[in-house]
Amino acid sequence: MKVHVDMNLCQSHGECVFPAPDVFELGDDDVLVWKEEVDESRREAVQAAADACPMMAIRIEG
Amino acid sequence: MDRVVVVGASLAGLRAAQAVRASGHEGSLVVVGDEEHPPYNRPPLSKGLLAGAQSHADCVFPGVDALDAEWRLGAAAVGLDRDGRTVALADGGRVPYDRLVVATGCRARTWPGAEGVVTLRTVDDAVALGRALQPGARLAIVGAGFVGCEVAATARGLGCDVTLVDVAPHPLLPLGPELGGRCAALHREHGVDLRLSTAVDAVDRAGITLAGGERVDADVVLVALGGVPNTEWLAGSGLTLDARGGLRCDGTLTSVDDPDVLAAGDVAAWPHALVGGEVVRVEHWTTAAEHGGLAGRNAVVDPADRAAHVAPPYFWSDQYATKIQAVGFPGRAATLAIVEEDGPRLLAEAHDADGRLVGAVAFNHAKRLAAYRRRLATEAVAA
Ligand SMILES: Cc1cc2nc3c(=O)[nH]c(=O)nc-3n(C[C@H](O)[C@H](O)[C@H](O)COP(=O)(O)OP(=O)(O)OC[C@H]3O[C@@H](n4cnc5c(N)ncnc54)[C@H](O)[C@@H]3O)c2cc1C
Ligand code: SF4
Repeated sequence: MKVHVDMNLCQSHGECVFPAPDVFELGDDDVLVWKEEVDESRREAVQAAADACPMMAIRIEG
Repeated sequence: MDRVVVVGASLAGLRAAQAVRASGHEGSLVVVGDEEHPPYNRPPLSKGLLAGAQSHADCVFPGVDALDAEWRLGAAAVGLDRDGRTVALADGGRVPYDRLVVATGCRARTWPGAEGVVTLRTVDDAVALGRALQPGARLAIVGAGFVGCEVAATARGLGCDVTLVDVAPHPLLPLGPELGGRCAALHREHGVDLRLSTAVDAVDRAGITLAGGERVDADVVLVALGGVPNTEWLAGSGLTLDARGGLRCDGTLTSVDDPDVLAAGDVAAWPHALVGGEVVRVEHWTTAAEHGGLAGRNAVVDPADRAAHVAPPYFWSDQYATKIQAVGFPGRAATLAIVEEDGPRLLAEAHDADGRLVGAVAFNHAKRLAAYRRRLATEAVAA
């Protein structure tokens, strides 16, 4: 599956980092970095990250 | 255990309903909400939506259609009969339950007797306020809490004249005088007429009368004095409320009076390990989301198998270019000290009287704050 983050919406809350630290990370400059191509086995964690994002910035495709 | 009913169709209610299904519940699931709108996100109401950068549609939570639930929107719950296990609706309907999740949140506190002044809690409030915030409009705000401060910042961005009044000596009371003072400076730098330690005598649609008689004329008057839990509909049910109207629960968000009634979000009062089991009620987005997930899961399991909510509360607020974030209970701390400062970035630690870390606050320091969240989550579990 593909993970999209709308960086116009993302406010670096870092909520997504807690459920899926292997996918989302805050850089030292507080800007979010993430993996765009994620293994199916992590779907639940990525969905939890999307639900945890107060900006609704995370979208899963596929 | 066939029928789960969730009352309150916002963040906590939606997450509760989703968790009920995710936990394998196959019986009926009804979500009752008094707003006509499907669940939507409130934080943008004082920020992006108010500024016109986001629409109502942008704020609707995804996943509502995908959920196998019966939605009773535009239907207020007006009573709870625990013997008969039914929720009474304003339209005369009765909804039977085996397990009930109360997620009715808060409403905005109003100024008694003031007519024609606005409050900000719903998307309809935000759309109406946004329309009134034309360039040059004079906005007077009573209350320099988070919502008052955010609206002040957004309104300045829209070119309004803003007067922000609070009886407290600094804005954002839970952040203490030092950080609250910085926030005051921030608003003044951005041209807000900030009146602190100033009591308000009267509020009407044309302005505010300050104690001492000074008059602040305005085109729009916003009362932003925090939230009041929506628990009046539980009157007569025999459920215990705390002194401020929150529904009293144990650590698993189960009512202290009834194992078949749970609560989630702004309405729930529960003991938190991080402050020694003191009963708290938290009006934060992340807590409502976490509560919903937990209460939904706990609702469908045996009371003996319910898990406790231990995550430290987390809050953010966006004001101008400053992102304020807080974790834990800085407002209840004995000391709140700045441990690092670098231009617009700042980090403060909150300790209790025994020197134990109970919270942290960051200005523009998201990654560092996240580390405190992790640390406090472990300490709460250990406590
Ligand atoms: C303008 C604004 C900005 C905010 N910004 C932030 C922020 O930046 N960061 C942050 O952490 N938090 C913020 N919050 C707080 C956050 O939005 C709340 O904590 C969250 O909405 C709580 O969710 P909830 O589901 O518990 O309650 P609510 O969102 O209050 O939802 C309760 C729902 O129940 C309904 N209801 C009430 N009574 C009844 C009844 N008798 N029958 C049926 N339905 C009923 C209500 O109409 C409402 O739809 C903000 C809140 C507001 C208003
Ligand atoms: S939770 Fe949302 S806003 Fe926060 S960093 Fe992740 S994507 Fe960005």
